[in-house]
Amino acid sequence: MPEILDQARKQVLENGVGLDEAGVLAVLNLPDEHLPAALQLAHEVRMRWCGPEVEVEGIVSLKTGGCPEDCHFCSQSGLFTSPVRSVLLDIPSLVKAAKQTAATGATEFCIVAAVRGPDARLMKQLREGVAAIRAEVDIQIAASLGMLSQEQVDELVDMGVHRYNHNLETCRSYFPNVVTTHSWEERWETLRMVRESGMEVCCGGILGLGETVEQRAEFAAQLASLDPHEVPLNFLNPRPGTPLGDRPVVEGKDALRAIAAFRLAMPRTILRYAGGRELTLGDLGTREGLLGGINAVIVGNYLTTLGRPATDDLALLDDLKMPVKALSATL
Amino acid sequence: MTTTRVWCDRCGEPADAGGHPACRAARELEPPRFCAHCRRRMKVQVLPVGWAAACVEHGELRG
Repeated sequence: MPEILDQARKQVLENGVGLDEAGVLAVLNLPDEHLPAALQLAHEVRMRWCGPEVEVEGIVSLKTGGCPEDCHFCSQSGLFTSPVRSVLLDIPSLVKAAKQTAATGATEFCIVAAVRGPDARLMKQLREGVAAIRAEVDIQIAASLGMLSQEQVDELVDMGVHRYNHNLETCRSYFPNVVTTHSWEERWETLRMVRESGMEVCCGGILGLGETVEQRAEFAAQLASLDPHEVPLNFLNPRPGTPLGDRPVVEGKDALRAIAAFRLAMPRTILRYAGGRELTLGDLGTREGLLGGINAVIVGNYLTTLGRPATDDLALLDDLKMPVKALSATL
Repeated sequence: MTTTRVWCDRCGEPADAGGHPACRAARELEPPRFCAHCRRRMKVQVLPVGWAAACVEHGELRG
């Protein structure tokens, strides 16, 4: 057994203290023959500190495309020659999407807009949309609208948004290679305000942006220092027309190593499968990740791309004897 | 409306150029982006279940 896994068994599994950056790096550098042991330990950590339940979420794009920011992975930037056009979702369609999501058994519904930050019109649309959903659908509502002012944070709390997603995307040292129109620190400031507001913090990122293994470890440590309620873990799905459109997808074993390492860095967080898993891991890898530290999934489609049918993921959870988290439960 | 599908609905290039195997594979996890009849970029809304893609000239597709 590699020394780092022995250390993690005592420190993380028994005491609930996450690995630091050096420890995460050691896990990310484990040779393939030790990957099953790392996944097994990460799974034990998840079961010990989070339990067997899996949180299921659906997401929808309220405002697609035309974003003024230049996040190099994103097909919704208006600065690239992406084929994605701007489109707005109307309130009846938003409510319908929430109903579809709730029908899968999901407890979370995240409303996303491709913006630097919300303007008054978008906040008004969100307020109306949240009210319409709450009137008809029994589901918790999260939002992801980019960078916020303190007033906007307060307004989201007033609307009843219970969790706010704002991904740091990658580590601080690599961020300027991925985004030049705003800074990592600006994102962190929004996260600070969200945390202080009492909303749950959802913050993750994308692996495979060209970061080194060392920078992946740096990212995990920075996320751990934020201590978010949820970490959505995406794997780059290279989008045509974006600066990262020709990058290779993350190799499956590297993705699984990252899942184990992020779990060992954050034993209590909700670690969610997000975009790119279909491409990077496929069906078998998806199963391995759920047995290696993942305890939440996005079901159905993503914002501009398609996912597995929700029924496939729910059948997999059933097969793994992992109950879907109920609306009233707290992980 | 019956018009010939002459453009790849993923990349917008001529549909008969090479068969577009990579586009066909990618389309399993993507909605169409270009109208196959006129090459216009479509307005596409992806929903948790399904998607809708609208061409101003050739109407709406759903999947």
